Amino acid sequence: MKVGIVGYGVYIPRYRIKTEEIARVWGADSKNISNALLIHEKTVPAIDEDTATISVECARNAVQHAKINPKDIGAIYVGSESHPYAVKPTSTIVAAAVDAVPELTAADYEFACKAGTAAIQTTMGLVKSKMIRYGLAIGADTSQGKPGDVLEYTASAGGSAYIIGTENLIAEIHDTYSYTTDTPDFWRREGQEFPSHGARFTGQPAYFRHVIKAAKGIMNKNKLKPDDFDYVVFHQPNGKFPLKAAQIIGFEKKQITEGLVTPYIGNTYSGSTLLGLAKILDDANEGEMILAVSYGSGAGSDAFIIEVTKENEKRRNPKPLQRYIDRKEYVDYATYAKFKGKIKGVKLEKP
Amino acid sequence: MSEGLAIHWRLIPQRYNLVGTECLKCGEKFFPPRQLCPNCRRVGEIREVKFSGEGEIYSYTVIHTPPEGFEFMKPYAMGVIKLIEGPFLTAQLVDCKPEDLEIGKRVELVFRKIIADGSSGIIRYGYKFKLKD
Repeated sequence: MKVGIVGYGVYIPRYRIKTEEIARVWGADSKNISNALLIHEKTVPAIDEDTATISVECARNAVQHAKINPKDIGAIYVGSESHPYAVKPTSTIVAAAVDAVPELTAADYEFACKAGTAAIQTTMGLVKSKMIRYGLAIGADTSQGKPGDVLEYTASAGGSAYIIGTENLIAEIHDTYSYTTDTPDFWRREGQEFPSHGARFTGQPAYFRHVIKAAKGIMNKNKLKPDDFDYVVFHQPNGKFPLKAAQIIGFEKKQITEGLVTPYIGNTYSGSTLLGLAKILDDANEGEMILAVSYGSGAGSDAFIIEVTKENEKRRNPKPLQRYIDRKEYVDYATYAKFKGKIKGVKLEKP
Repeated sequence: MSEGLAIHWRLIPQRYNLVGTECLKCGEKFFPPRQLCPNCRRVGEIREVKFSGEGEIYSYTVIHTPPEGFEFMKPYAMGVIKLIEGPFLTAQLVDCKPEDLEIGKRVELVFRKIIADGSSGIIRYGYKFKLKD
């Protein structure tokens, strides 16, 4: 039985802040940072946006694209490291907002930046075993970087939702494979406002090891090599890491550029790989092969081999990512700090 | 406990999905939902209906002196939206500057945070509108 993507939806907030504006505040060399991280600007959520609102917007777009009855969704999993509540699921808010309630199962996932792809794997299992007809897997975040920390240049907001099923597929998922270890490269302890990271330790033993092992693992398992793929998309903590990983594995630059969105929207954490994949799917044609590999600190990578079907050409996504990327308004650091709740006492809440 | 917890919960279908009602006898649609058709009275036949979330700005105003809790959003616009199905409703207009607004401009539904009950209460989500792309 085939399993794959019936529809997908994306959402990124309208506001942007440029790398040079953040660098200006912290007295850093913006050209240096821009070149080192390959990042030009990032999305900024409005004061009334959070992971729940972003999840709902992309989930509604996915349901619209899939042209399904939301009551046929049997499971919703929302992957994020910035769920608005510590206890109280984001997934039930999404379930109500897409009108999938009440006959379904739902839960929130957390695995740093790969919780969204873990949600896809779970729903693949559920639809393939016929426990449910459709599953809705979402990766969304409003990520935080400590003011002045290198993460602040990239930590952004956005999300992507995928309807997983077995019929009317716009892309078939041929296989999935994961590579997981206990690697403490990036974390946030309970109650802490900002995450901490192991600086250079987040590279070689963390991101590169897992992404490369997962990519090579799934290709070996399926007897495929880099030139069997038209596109490759990796988790994008910055613009540089995925390019370097692609080069190490043996992909050409043209295979990775289509899905490389971080330089213009920042690192959307759980949304990152899935938004890159959506960007590819927006224009992909029948028979084209995609290798997608996520990465979540802590650490693990989920790899997917995806083949685009004729249905994707017949049923193009009505709200492609590029439209959201182009729709933007720049804010200065002070407005960004206000929107992100970085100023003490500034929140959209009753006292 | 957050005040009005049960009221918010009861209004979730309206606040998240613009669920209103319509009278099958005369065809009039209502938001917020009415349980009795004012035109047809006892012979009216009321049923639930979900509005599309498409509409236009019928009128709007810009808030410079917001109520408690909304201070950091100012200035923000509140619009009277005429839904394409007929009913009018009042909602905040987001992702725009006051000078972008004009009576008659097309708008669409978005899902946003309305307000949180302090730092430990519930977060209330609901409908707002933005200018149609």
